[in-house]
Amino acid sequence: MPIEEIVNSLRVSFGDPQAGAPPASAVPIVTSWRGTTRVVVPAEKSYDVLAALKQQHGFDMLVDITCVDYLNYPGARDRFGLVYLLAGTETGLRLTIRVFVNEPEPSVRSVVGLWEGANWLEREVWDMFGIRFQGHPDLRRILMPEEFTAFPLRKDYPLQGLGERHNFPVLTRGES
Amino acid sequence: MAVADLMDQVATTRLDELVSWCRKNSLWPMPFATACCGIELMAVGASRHDIARFGSEVFRFSPRQCDLMIVAGRVVMKMLPVLQRIWQQMPEPKWCISMGACASTGGVFDTYCVVQGIDRFIPVDMYVPGCPPRPEQLIQAIVDLQDKIQREGTMFGKEFSVASRQQTKRALQEP
Repeated sequence: MPIEEIVNSLRVSFGDPQAGAPPASAVPIVTSWRGTTRVVVPAEKSYDVLAALKQQHGFDMLVDITCVDYLNYPGARDRFGLVYLLAGTETGLRLTIRVFVNEPEPSVRSVVGLWEGANWLEREVWDMFGIRFQGHPDLRRILMPEEFTAFPLRKDYPLQGLGERHNFPVLTRGES
Repeated sequence: MAVADLMDQVATTRLDELVSWCRKNSLWPMPFATACCGIELMAVGASRHDIARFGSEVFRFSPRQCDLMIVAGRVVMKMLPVLQRIWQQMPEPKWCISMGACASTGGVFDTYCVVQGIDRFIPVDMYVPGCPPRPEQLIQAIVDLQDKIQREGTMFGKEFSVASRQQTKRALQEP
Protein backbone atom coordinates (compact mmCIF):
# COMPACT_ATOMS: atom_id res chain seq x y z
CA MET A 1 0.00 0.00 0.00
CA PRO A 2 1.58 3.28 -1.00
CA ILE A 3 1.89 6.06 1.51
CA GLU A 4 -0.91 8.09 -0.09
CA GLU A 5 -3.47 5.39 0.59
CA ILE A 6 -2.37 5.09 4.18
CA VAL A 7 -2.74 8.81 4.64
CA ASN A 8 -6.16 8.70 2.99
CA SER A 9 -7.30 5.96 5.33
CA LEU A 10 -6.09 8.10 8.22
CA ARG A 11 -8.26 10.91 6.88
CA VAL A 12 -11.26 8.63 6.78
CA SER A 13 -10.63 7.25 10.26
CA PHE A 14 -9.48 10.36 12.06
CA GLY A 15 -10.68 13.28 9.99
CA ASP A 16 -12.85 15.92 11.50
CA PRO A 17 -16.28 14.30 11.90
CA GLN A 18 -18.01 17.70 11.79
CA ALA A 19 -16.84 18.31 8.25
CA GLY A 20 -18.56 15.34 6.70
CA ALA A 21 -16.41 14.02 3.89
CA PRO A 22 -13.09 15.58 4.89
CA PRO A 23 -11.35 17.68 2.28
CA ALA A 24 -7.66 17.18 1.69
CA SER A 25 -6.77 20.06 3.97
CA ALA A 26 -8.76 18.78 6.94
CA VAL A 27 -7.24 17.32 10.04
CA PRO A 28 -4.90 15.52 9.79
CA ILE A 29 -2.88 18.00 7.78
CA VAL A 30 -0.51 16.31 5.38
CA THR A 31 2.55 17.85 3.80
CA SER A 32 5.20 16.27 1.67
CA TRP A 33 8.71 17.41 1.09
CA ARG A 34 11.43 15.69 -0.86
CA GLY A 35 9.70 12.38 -0.78
CA THR A 36 8.88 12.25 2.91
CA THR A 37 5.32 12.58 4.09
CA ARG A 38 4.44 14.45 7.21
CA VAL A 39 1.10 14.18 8.97
CA VAL A 40 0.06 16.67 11.64
CA VAL A 41 -2.17 15.04 14.22
CA PRO A 42 -3.99 16.72 17.10
CA ALA A 43 -2.61 15.75 20.49
CA GLU A 44 -5.78 14.05 21.69
CA LYS A 45 -5.78 11.73 18.68
CA SER A 46 -2.07 11.04 18.50
CA TYR A 47 -2.15 7.71 20.30
CA ASP A 48 -5.00 6.37 18.22
CA VAL A 49 -3.36 7.43 14.97
CA LEU A 50 -0.03 5.91 15.98
CA ALA A 51 -1.74 2.71 17.12
CA ALA A 52 -3.54 2.43 13.80
CA LEU A 53 -0.34 3.03 11.91
CA LYS A 54 1.40 0.30 13.83
CA GLN A 55 -1.37 -2.26 13.91
CA GLN A 56 -3.01 -1.76 10.51
CA HIS A 57 -0.36 -0.25 8.29
CA GLY A 58 2.82 -2.08 9.28
CA PHE A 59 4.80 0.73 10.86
CA ASP A 60 6.41 -1.64 13.29
CA MET A 61 9.50 0.43 13.99
CA LEU A 62 9.63 3.69 15.95
CA VAL A 63 12.81 5.32 14.74
CA ASP A 64 12.79 8.34 17.01
CA ILE A 65 10.73 10.68 19.09
CA THR A 66 11.98 14.21 19.36
CA CYS A 67 10.65 17.69 19.84
CA VAL A 68 11.03 21.25 18.60
CA ASP A 69 10.41 24.35 20.68
CA TYR A 70 8.77 26.99 18.48
CA LEU A 71 9.02 29.83 20.99
CA ASN A 72 9.49 33.09 19.05
CA TYR A 73 9.50 31.16 15.79
CA PRO A 74 8.06 33.24 12.95
CA GLY A 75 4.55 32.15 12.11
CA ALA A 76 4.35 29.40 14.68
CA ARG A 77 1.02 28.88 16.39
CA ASP A 78 2.01 26.26 18.92
CA ARG A 79 4.82 26.09 21.43
CA PHE A 80 6.10 22.53 21.08
CA GLY A 81 6.10 20.23 18.08
CA LEU A 82 6.64 16.57 18.81
CA VAL A 83 8.07 14.49 15.99
CA TYR A 84 7.48 10.76 15.66
CA LEU A 85 9.55 9.07 12.96
CA LEU A 86 8.03 5.77 11.92
CA ALA A 87 9.27 3.07 9.58
CA GLY A 88 7.85 -0.20 8.34
CA THR A 89 10.44 -2.91 8.13
CA GLU A 90 8.26 -5.04 5.86
CA THR A 91 6.86 -2.29 3.67
CA GLY A 92 9.92 -0.08 3.56
CA LEU A 93 7.74 2.98 4.08
CA ARG A 94 8.59 5.91 6.28
CA LEU A 95 6.24 8.44 7.83
CA THR A 96 6.63 11.47 10.06
CA ILE A 97 3.93 12.30 12.59
CA ARG A 98 3.85 15.79 14.08
CA VAL A 99 1.95 16.52 17.27
CA PHE A 100 1.72 20.06 18.62
CA VAL A 101 1.29 20.66 22.33
CA ASN A 102 1.19 23.84 24.37
CA GLU A 103 1.87 25.25 27.79
CA PRO A 104 0.91 25.05 30.56
CA GLU A 105 1.73 21.42 31.21
CA PRO A 106 2.28 20.15 27.70
CA SER A 107 1.44 16.50 27.64
CA VAL A 108 0.60 13.70 25.26
CA ARG A 109 -0.25 10.05 25.71
CA SER A 110 2.71 7.70 25.94
CA VAL A 111 3.29 5.16 23.19
CA VAL A 112 5.38 2.78 25.28
CA GLY A 113 2.49 0.35 25.01
CA LEU A 114 2.95 0.28 21.23
CA TRP A 115 6.72 0.37 20.92
CA GLU A 116 8.85 -0.61 23.92
CA GLY A 117 11.65 1.49 22.50
CA ALA A 118 9.65 4.63 23.15
CA ASN A 119 10.49 4.34 26.83
CA TRP A 120 13.86 6.09 26.78
CA LEU A 121 12.94 8.31 23.84
CA GLU A 122 10.04 9.76 25.80
CA ARG A 123 12.19 10.10 28.88
CA GLU A 124 14.67 12.14 26.85
CA VAL A 125 11.94 14.44 25.53
CA TRP A 126 10.64 14.84 29.07
CA ASP A 127 14.15 15.59 30.34
CA MET A 128 14.97 18.17 27.68
CA PHE A 129 11.58 19.79 26.96
CA GLY A 130 9.38 18.94 29.94
CA ILE A 131 6.63 17.31 27.94
CA ARG A 132 4.75 14.88 30.10
CA PHE A 133 3.88 11.51 28.59
CA GLN A 134 0.75 10.23 30.25
CA GLY A 135 0.88 6.54 31.01
CA HIS A 136 4.66 6.28 30.78
CA PRO A 137 5.80 3.53 33.19
CA ASP A 138 8.96 5.29 34.39
CA LEU A 139 9.06 8.97 33.47
CA ARG A 140 12.34 10.04 35.07
CA ARG A 141 15.17 12.22 33.79
CA ILE A 142 17.53 10.27 31.61
CA LEU A 143 20.41 12.63 30.78
CA MET A 144 20.46 15.36 33.39
CA PRO A 145 21.02 14.69 37.10
CA GLU A 146 17.95 13.84 39.11
CA GLU A 147 18.11 17.04 41.14
CA PHE A 148 18.07 19.17 38.00
CA THR A 149 14.84 21.14 37.78
CA ALA A 150 14.88 22.98 34.45
CA PHE A 151 14.27 21.72 30.92
CA PRO A 152 17.43 22.78 29.13
CA LEU A 153 16.41 22.53 25.47
CA ARG A 154 13.52 24.92 25.89
CA LYS A 155 14.22 28.17 24.08
CA ASP A 156 13.61 30.24 27.19
CA TYR A 157 16.38 28.40 29.07
CA PRO A 158 19.73 30.19 28.73
CA LEU A 159 22.52 28.30 26.98
CA GLN A 160 24.87 28.71 29.90
CA GLY A 161 22.29 27.55 32.38
CA LEU A 162 21.11 29.12 35.59
CA GLY A 163 24.21 28.34 37.62
CA GLU A 164 23.51 24.63 38.10
CA ARG A 165 26.95 23.75 36.76
CA HIS A 166 28.59 25.57 39.68
CA ASN A 167 26.37 24.17 42.36
CA PHE A 168 28.82 21.66 43.82
CA PRO A 169 30.91 21.45 46.98
CA VAL A 170 34.51 22.65 46.60
CA LEU A 171 37.21 20.24 47.69
CA THR A 172 40.34 21.92 49.03
CA ARG A 173 43.72 20.47 49.84
CA GLY A 174 42.92 20.54 53.50
CA GLU A 175 39.69 18.63 53.12
CA SER A 176 40.80 15.92 50.74
CA MET B 1 86.94 2.36 57.20
CA ALA B 2 88.71 5.56 56.82
CA VAL B 3 86.87 8.82 56.96
CA ALA B 4 88.01 9.59 53.44
CA ASP B 5 86.02 6.65 52.06
CA LEU B 6 82.78 8.07 53.39
CA MET B 7 82.78 10.65 50.65
CA ASP B 8 82.22 7.89 48.11
CA GLN B 9 79.70 5.85 50.05
CA VAL B 10 77.60 8.22 52.10
CA ALA B 11 75.43 11.08 50.98
CA THR B 12 73.88 13.59 53.31
CA THR B 13 70.58 15.16 52.51
CA ARG B 14 67.38 16.29 54.12
CA LEU B 15 64.78 13.61 54.69
CA ASP B 16 62.18 15.69 52.90
CA GLU B 17 64.42 15.90 49.86
CA LEU B 18 64.94 12.15 49.83
CA VAL B 19 61.26 11.38 50.20
CA SER B 20 60.33 13.86 47.51
CA TRP B 21 62.96 12.38 45.22
CA CYS B 22 61.37 8.97 45.65
CA ARG B 23 57.87 10.27 45.15
CA LYS B 24 58.56 12.35 42.09
CA ASN B 25 60.10 9.45 40.25
CA SER B 26 57.22 7.09 40.87
CA LEU B 27 54.14 9.11 40.05
CA TRP B 28 51.38 6.67 39.24
CA PRO B 29 48.72 8.32 37.12
CA MET B 30 45.01 7.86 37.53
CA PRO B 31 43.69 8.42 34.00
CA PHE B 32 40.41 10.32 34.25
CA ALA B 33 40.02 10.46 30.49
CA THR B 34 36.62 11.62 29.30
CA ALA B 35 37.29 12.94 25.82
CA CYS B 36 39.81 13.31 23.02
CA CYS B 37 42.55 14.33 25.46
CA GLY B 38 42.34 10.75 26.64
CA ILE B 39 43.59 9.60 23.25
CA GLU B 40 46.64 11.81 23.61
CA LEU B 41 47.03 10.48 27.12
CA MET B 42 47.18 6.97 25.68
CA ALA B 43 49.78 8.14 23.19
CA VAL B 44 51.86 9.42 26.09
CA GLY B 45 51.76 5.97 27.59
CA ALA B 46 52.61 4.22 24.34
CA SER B 47 56.09 3.44 23.12
CA ARG B 48 56.78 6.50 21.01
CA HIS B 49 56.48 9.01 23.84
CA ASP B 50 56.88 6.48 26.64
CA ILE B 51 55.93 8.06 29.93
CA ALA B 52 57.85 5.20 31.58
CA ARG B 53 61.00 7.26 31.10
CA PHE B 54 59.71 9.45 33.93
CA GLY B 55 58.62 6.65 36.24
CA SER B 56 54.92 7.07 35.49
CA GLU B 57 54.24 4.09 33.28
CA VAL B 58 51.91 2.39 35.74
CA PHE B 59 48.49 3.69 34.83
CA ARG B 60 46.24 2.39 37.55
CA PHE B 61 42.51 2.32 37.09
CA SER B 62 42.05 2.01 40.80
CA PRO B 63 42.30 5.37 42.55
CA ARG B 64 43.65 3.81 45.72
CA GLN B 65 46.84 2.86 43.93
CA CYS B 66 47.46 6.24 42.33
CA ASP B 67 48.95 9.53 43.37
CA LEU B 68 48.59 11.58 40.21
CA MET B 69 45.19 12.32 38.74
CA ILE B 70 45.25 13.36 35.09
CA VAL B 71 41.89 14.83 34.15
CA ALA B 72 41.82 14.59 30.36
CA GLY B 73 38.67 15.99 28.85
CA ARG B 74 35.56 17.89 29.70
CA VAL B 75 33.73 17.16 32.92
CA VAL B 76 29.97 17.52 32.98
CA MET B 77 27.64 18.05 35.90
CA LYS B 78 26.86 14.39 36.24
CA MET B 79 30.54 13.43 36.16
CA LEU B 80 31.81 15.92 38.71
CA PRO B 81 30.61 14.06 41.83
CA VAL B 82 32.36 10.98 40.42
CA LEU B 83 35.53 12.98 39.86
CA GLN B 84 35.44 14.32 43.40
CA ARG B 85 34.84 10.90 44.83
CA ILE B 86 37.75 9.39 42.93
CA TRP B 87 39.94 12.28 44.04
CA GLN B 88 39.00 11.63 47.66
CA GLN B 89 39.72 7.93 47.28
CA MET B 90 43.29 8.57 46.21
CA PRO B 91 45.74 8.32 49.10
CA GLU B 92 47.89 11.26 50.13
CA PRO B 93 50.16 12.68 48.91
CA LYS B 94 48.46 13.26 45.59
CA TRP B 95 48.63 15.69 42.75
CA CYS B 96 46.40 16.67 39.87
CA ILE B 97 47.10 17.63 36.29
CA SER B 98 44.32 19.38 34.38
CA MET B 99 44.97 18.32 30.81
CA GLY B 100 43.61 20.36 27.95
CA ALA B 101 41.40 23.38 27.52
CA CYS B 102 38.17 21.67 28.58
CA ALA B 103 39.38 20.34 31.90
CA SER B 104 41.03 23.66 32.68
CA THR B 105 38.34 26.11 31.60
CA GLY B 106 35.47 24.27 29.97
CA GLY B 107 36.95 25.07 26.57
CA VAL B 108 34.44 25.66 23.82
CA PHE B 109 31.74 23.91 25.84
CA ASP B 110 30.35 26.94 27.62
CA THR B 111 26.98 25.28 28.17
CA TYR B 112 24.67 24.54 31.05
CA CYS B 113 25.98 21.07 31.78
CA VAL B 114 29.76 21.43 31.41
CA VAL B 115 31.83 22.41 34.44
CA GLN B 116 33.89 25.47 33.58
CA GLY B 117 37.22 24.24 34.90
CA ILE B 118 37.76 21.41 37.36
CA ASP B 119 39.87 23.69 39.54
CA ARG B 120 36.65 25.21 40.82
CA PHE B 121 35.97 22.00 42.68
CA ILE B 122 39.18 20.04 43.17
CA PRO B 123 42.78 21.22 43.66
CA VAL B 124 44.92 21.35 40.52
CA ASP B 125 48.73 21.47 40.42
CA MET B 126 49.46 21.73 36.71
CA TYR B 127 47.46 23.05 33.80
CA VAL B 128 48.24 21.83 30.30
CA PRO B 129 46.94 24.06 27.50
CA GLY B 130 45.98 22.65 24.14
CA CYS B 131 43.04 21.13 22.37
CA PRO B 132 44.14 18.44 22.78
CA PRO B 133 47.70 18.96 24.01
CA ARG B 134 50.54 17.22 22.25
CA PRO B 135 52.04 14.34 24.22
CA GLU B 136 55.19 16.41 24.65
CA GLN B 137 53.16 19.02 26.52
CA LEU B 138 51.85 16.47 28.96
CA ILE B 139 55.35 15.10 29.47
CA GLN B 140 56.49 18.65 30.15
CA ALA B 141 53.76 18.98 32.74
CA ILE B 142 54.91 15.81 34.45
CA VAL B 143 58.50 17.01 34.42
CA ASP B 144 57.41 20.34 35.85
CA LEU B 145 55.35 18.57 38.50
CA GLN B 146 58.38 16.48 39.42
CA ASP B 147 60.35 19.69 39.80
CA LYS B 148 57.61 21.14 41.97
CA ILE B 149 57.51 18.05 44.18
CA GLN B 150 61.28 18.14 44.57
CA ARG B 151 61.28 21.81 45.46
CA GLU B 152 58.51 21.95 48.00
CA GLY B 153 57.66 18.36 48.93
CA THR B 154 57.78 17.32 52.57
CA MET B 155 57.59 13.93 54.15
CA PHE B 156 54.30 14.59 55.92
CA GLY B 157 52.76 16.77 53.27
CA LYS B 158 53.08 20.04 55.15
CA GLU B 159 53.18 21.89 51.85
CA PHE B 160 49.54 20.96 51.27
CA SER B 161 48.37 22.71 54.41
CA VAL B 162 50.14 26.00 53.71
CA ALA B 163 47.57 28.75 53.71
CA SER B 164 48.54 29.97 50.28
CA ARG B 165 47.82 26.53 48.84
CA GLN B 166 44.34 26.47 50.26
CA GLN B 167 41.87 27.13 47.55
CA THR B 168 39.42 29.83 48.37
CA LYS B 169 35.77 29.24 47.66
CA ARG B 170 35.15 30.42 44.16
CA ALA B 171 32.24 32.66 43.42
CA LEU B 172 29.28 30.65 42.31
CA GLN B 173 27.42 33.28 40.34
CA GLU B 174 27.74 33.60 36.60
CA PRO B 175 29.43 36.70 35.20
